[in-house]
Amino acid sequence: MKVLIAKPGLDGHDRGAKVVAQALRDAGVEVVYSGLKRTPEEIVQEAVQEDVDVVGLSILSGAHLLLARRVLEGLRGQGADEIKVVVGGIIPPRDVEPLRALGVHRVFPMGTALADIVKVFKDEGDTAP
Amino acid sequence: MRDAKLHAGTPIKPVYGPEDLAGRDPAQDIGRPGEYPYTRGIHAAMYRDRLWTMRQYIGFGTPAETNARFKYLMAHGQDALNVAFDLPTQLGLDSDDPRAEGEVGRVGMAIDTLADMEEAFAGIPLDRVSVSLTINGMAAPITAMYYAVAEAQGAAPDRVVTTPQNDILKEFVARGTWVYPVEPSLRLVADLIEFSATRYPRSNPVSVCGYHIREAGCTTAQEMAYGLAIAKAYVELMLARGMAVDAFAPRISFNFTAWGKIFEEVAKFRAGRRLYARMLRETFGATNPKSWVFRSLIGGGGSAFTVQEPENNIVRGAYIALAAALAGGQTMALPTYDEAYTIPSAKAQLIALRTMQICAEESGAADTADPLGGSYYVEALTNEMERLIVEELAHVERMGGIVEAVKSGAIQAEVARQAYLFEQKLNSGEIAKVGVNCYVGDAAAEADAAVELYAFDQTVADAQVAKLAKIRGARDDRAARAALRRLTDEARGDTNLMPAIMEAVKAYATLGEINRAMKDVFGEHKEPVKF
Repeated sequence: MKVLIAKPGLDGHDRGAKVVAQALRDAGVEVVYSGLKRTPEEIVQEAVQEDVDVVGLSILSGAHLLLARRVLEGLRGQGADEIKVVVGGIIPPRDVEPLRALGVHRVFPMGTALADIVKVFKDEGDTAP
Repeated sequence: MRDAKLHAGTPIKPVYGPEDLAGRDPAQDIGRPGEYPYTRGIHAAMYRDRLWTMRQYIGFGTPAETNARFKYLMAHGQDALNVAFDLPTQLGLDSDDPRAEGEVGRVGMAIDTLADMEEAFAGIPLDRVSVSLTINGMAAPITAMYYAVAEAQGAAPDRVVTTPQNDILKEFVARGTWVYPVEPSLRLVADLIEFSATRYPRSNPVSVCGYHIREAGCTTAQEMAYGLAIAKAYVELMLARGMAVDAFAPRISFNFTAWGKIFEEVAKFRAGRRLYARMLRETFGATNPKSWVFRSLIGGGGSAFTVQEPENNIVRGAYIALAAALAGGQTMALPTYDEAYTIPSAKAQLIALRTMQICAEESGAADTADPLGGSYYVEALTNEMERLIVEELAHVERMGGIVEAVKSGAIQAEVARQAYLFEQKLNSGEIAKVGVNCYVGDAAAEADAAVELYAFDQTVADAQVAKLAKIRGARDDRAARAALRRLTDEARGDTNLMPAIMEAVKAYATLGEINRAMKDVFGEHKEPVKF
C-alpha cells in the first residue's frame, strides 16, 4: 500500500495534509508527500512515477471540483485509472456527491475524524490486489 | 482530581499562592502598565485612553464587491480594514493566468493592476482609515499600489497608516504564499520596510505573525518564540543595511492568536512583551521606548472553531475576544462562526464585530489596565511561559537561527510534528472540544442548516479577466515595458526596488508582470519537503 498525499492548486495550508501523512505512516502505510502548490499534471506524474495505489488530495481553497477533475482526467490520460483518488479539506457537504460523480473514490469533508480517514486507507490496502 | 495541563504542556496546579512567585522581583519583572518591560501592557491607562481597533478580515470577489462589504462594516462601527486577497494575487499571478483558474476572487479580492486598487478604496479616505493588507510574497507591489492610490487621493504621506503583513519568514513556515527563494524574499521585506520608514512614517511595514504558525499546529510557547525569532531576524536584516534600530523598530507590529486557555494566552502575551522589550533594549540597544513595545493584533484562531454545531463558535469567539482584551492587544479580529465552512457571510461578520463591541462596552474587560496583573496564577504562568519561550528560542538557535531553520525545513517539520501531537491529544480527549470529543450531539454536520455557504461566482472571475484585458489595451504599453525592464535590471543589483516597483505600478503594469520581472532574476523557492 503506497499513498501520495498531494496539495494541488495555490492553497498553502498543509496542516491537514501533513497530519494525515503522519497518521498513515504510523499506521504502516508508505507515504509520499508532494509539497505545496503542485499542478494537477505534476501530481499525476508523481503518482505514476511513484507507483502509488491512492492519491489523497488536500484542498482548502474551495477549488476542489476543478482540481479533482484535472487530476482524474490526467490519470485516465496516462492509463493509470487504477490509482484511486480521495479528497479532503474544506469540502462542503453539498460537494461530496458531485466529487463522487467525477470519479473520486472517497471524500473527507470538514470534521472527518482522523481515525476514519486512516481506516479507509487501511481497508483499501487490505483489498488491494 | 482531574488532570489539567497548559497547551504548552506544563501541568497546572489546583491552586496558586505567593510561594509560586518566590524569588522574583515584581518591580523588575512586572512593573507598571506603559513602563518597561511592559509586562502589563504598552500604555499606562490602556483601553481607558484608547480602545482596541476592530479590524475584521474581509475580501472576496471583485474589488467593487469588497469595497461594498468594507462600507457595510464601517457603517456598523468597524473603524479599520483588514484586506483579504485571492490566492492568485497573493502569489503574483494575473487573473487570466492558467494557474489562477478557479481561484480568481475566491478567498479574497482579485488585484491585477492599480485600477483594481483604485476601485477597492473608492470613497474610503486613506488619510483617515487604517488598512491592513494581508499580503506577503507580493507585499512590495501591492503596498506600492496602495501608496499610489493614497497619493492619487491627495493623502499626505505622513497620514497614511497601512500595515502590509510583509512577513515572508512565517509564510515559509506556515501559510505558503512564498514565491522567490528565501534570500531575495528577505530583500523585498527589507526594501519595503526601508522605503516605508523614510516616506510613510506612520505605516507599519511589517507585521510579524506567530498567528499562522500556531494555526499550522505549533504550541503557545512556540508561537511566541518563533514570532520573536522572526522579529529578531528582520531587525538584524535592517541593521545590516545600516539603518539605526530606532529608525524602523517603532513601526514593527505583531499578529498573534488568542484561542485556547484564556490564562495561558494572557500569560503568553505578558511574557512576550517582556522578552521583546528586553531584546530590543538590551540586545539591539534601542533607546526610543517606542522601539521596545510589542504592539499586536490579537485574535483569529479559526482552527479552534468546529464544523460540529457551528453556532457554538460564536461563544468560542467571545472567549477569544475576552482573552485578547485581557492580554492587552491593540487591534482585535475574530474568526466568524461559519469559518470552518465557508467565506464569511455578512451576518457572520456582523456577529464577530458585535462580539468585540460587547466585550468592549458591556463586559468590563476594558475598564482597567491588565486586570489580571498580580494574580498568583497569571504571574506564575507568565514566568512559566517566559521560561518555555526562552527554551524554544534556544531550540531555534540550535537549528541555526530562524532563517536557516526555514531553509532546511527543520522548523516546518517541527510544526507538523506538533500538529500531529495536537490531533492525538484531541483524539484522546486530553484537549477537550465540546461537540467533537465530549458532549457530542446527534445532529450530523450535514444536517446543519445554520450556515449560509458562499457561492463562488464564475461570472465574477470572468469580469475580472475582462477588466484586465481592457486595462492592458488602454495603458501606455511602452511606459509599462520600460518600467518592468528597469525593475529587472535593478533586481540584479542591490538597490531598493520600491521606486522601480512604484513606477511599474503607476504605469499599470500587472501584478503578474511585476512578479515575472523579479522572478526572472530571483528564481523560485524550492520547498524542503519534510514531515
